[in-house]
Amino acid sequence: MFKKTTLGLTLASLLLAAGSATAANYKIDKEGQHAFIEFRIKHLGYSWLYGSFNDFDGGFTFDEKDPSADKVKVTINTTSVFTNHAERDKHLRSAEFLNVTKHPQASFTSTSVTKEGDGLAVTGDFTLNGVTKPLTLQAKLVGQGEDPWGGYRAGFEAAGNIKLKDYGITTDLGPASQEVELIISVEGVREK
Amino acid sequence: MQWKNSPVQFGHISVLMHWLVAFAFYAMFALGLWMVGLGYYDGWYHRAPELHKSIGACVFAVMVFRLAWRFISPPPSPLKSYSTATRVGSWLAHVVLFVGLFTILISGYLISTAEGQPISVFGWFDIPATLFGLNQQADIAGVIHLWVAWGIVIVSVLHGLAALKHHFIDRDITLTRMLGQRRSD
Repeated sequence: MFKKTTLGLTLASLLLAAGSATAANYKIDKEGQHAFIEFRIKHLGYSWLYGSFNDFDGGFTFDEKDPSADKVKVTINTTSVFTNHAERDKHLRSAEFLNVTKHPQASFTSTSVTKEGDGLAVTGDFTLNGVTKPLTLQAKLVGQGEDPWGGYRAGFEAAGNIKLKDYGITTDLGPASQEVELIISVEGVREK
Repeated sequence: MQWKNSPVQFGHISVLMHWLVAFAFYAMFALGLWMVGLGYYDGWYHRAPELHKSIGACVFAVMVFRLAWRFISPPPSPLKSYSTATRVGSWLAHVVLFVGLFTILISGYLISTAEGQPISVFGWFDIPATLFGLNQQADIAGVIHLWVAWGIVIVSVLHGLAALKHHFIDRDITLTRMLGQRRSD
C-alpha cells in the first residue's frame, strides 16, 4: 500500500515536473488545511447556497516567468460533499445529483495555462459524475513567499462556471439554478 | 371498560396501540415513498418530510410505551388451540416486527440528524442529534430505513394473513381478540 502510494506520488510529480525544468512543484496543503474546494449555486434566484468538498488532493507547478508551462491537477472525493444539512447532502450524493457510489471521484487536470490580465486562465479537463468536459478557471495568485517554518508557499484562487446539465445532472432546481460556480482556493507548499 | 390486558383478553390500550401503529406504519410508508419523489418546486417538498419526521417521533413515543406496556400489563396467553409451530412462528413474527419498527424509527432519526441538526416535531419542540458525523451516516441509515420498511411490509402482511387464516379457516378468536373480544375457552 505504502509502495503504491509512493509510486503514485512519484509518477504524479514526474508528470507535473515534465512541463518545465524551472517550474517548481507545489503540493496542496491538505495537512494544514489551507485549501478549499467550494461551490455555490443560486437558491431560487434569491440567494447563494455555498457548499464544499472536504476531501480532495492535488498539486500544481508554478513558474512565474513562464506560466504557460504550469500544470494543475486536483482530485476530489465526491462523497465528501458538505453543505451543512444532512438531508440535502444525502440528496446531493444520490443518483439524482453526484451519484457518488458510481462516480466517487471528480477531477480537474489542466491542459493549458495562459496569462490573462493580472491573472491566469487555466483550461483543463473537468470530470464530474463520470462526464469529462473542458473547463476554464480564472485564477489569481493570492500571494507567495517563505513561511515561518522553513518552507515556501504560493496560494491561488481559481473559479469557473459549469452547467449541471453538461455533466449529466438533470434534476431541475429551477431556472436560476442551472449553473454552479466552482471555487478552488488553495495554498501549495513547494516541494524540495 | 377493560383498559389493561388480562390473561383472557387484550385491553383497550393494547388494541388501540396495535391498530394505531399499524395504520401509522402504512401511512408513513406511503408518505415516505411519495415525498422522496417530489420535485423541488412542489408545495409539499418541505412539508411532507417535516410531517414524516414529526409523525415518526410520535410513533417512537408510542412504541416505547407499547414495549413498556408489555411488561406493565402482559398480553393474554396464546390460545390453547395453537400448535407449537404457530406459537414459535407468531413469537418470531412479533419479535421481528418490534425490532424492525425500532430499527426504522432509529435509522430515520439518524438520517436527519447525521450532521448534527435537530428534528423538529410539528414545531412544538426539537429532538437534538446525539449520534452524528459518522462516515456516510445518512446514506447507510437511509438504506437501512428503506429496506427494513419493506421487510416490515412483508412480515406484517404475513402476520395479517395468518390472522385471517385463524379467523376464516381455524375459526378462532385470534383476529377478533385484537378488536377487544374476550375469549371463552
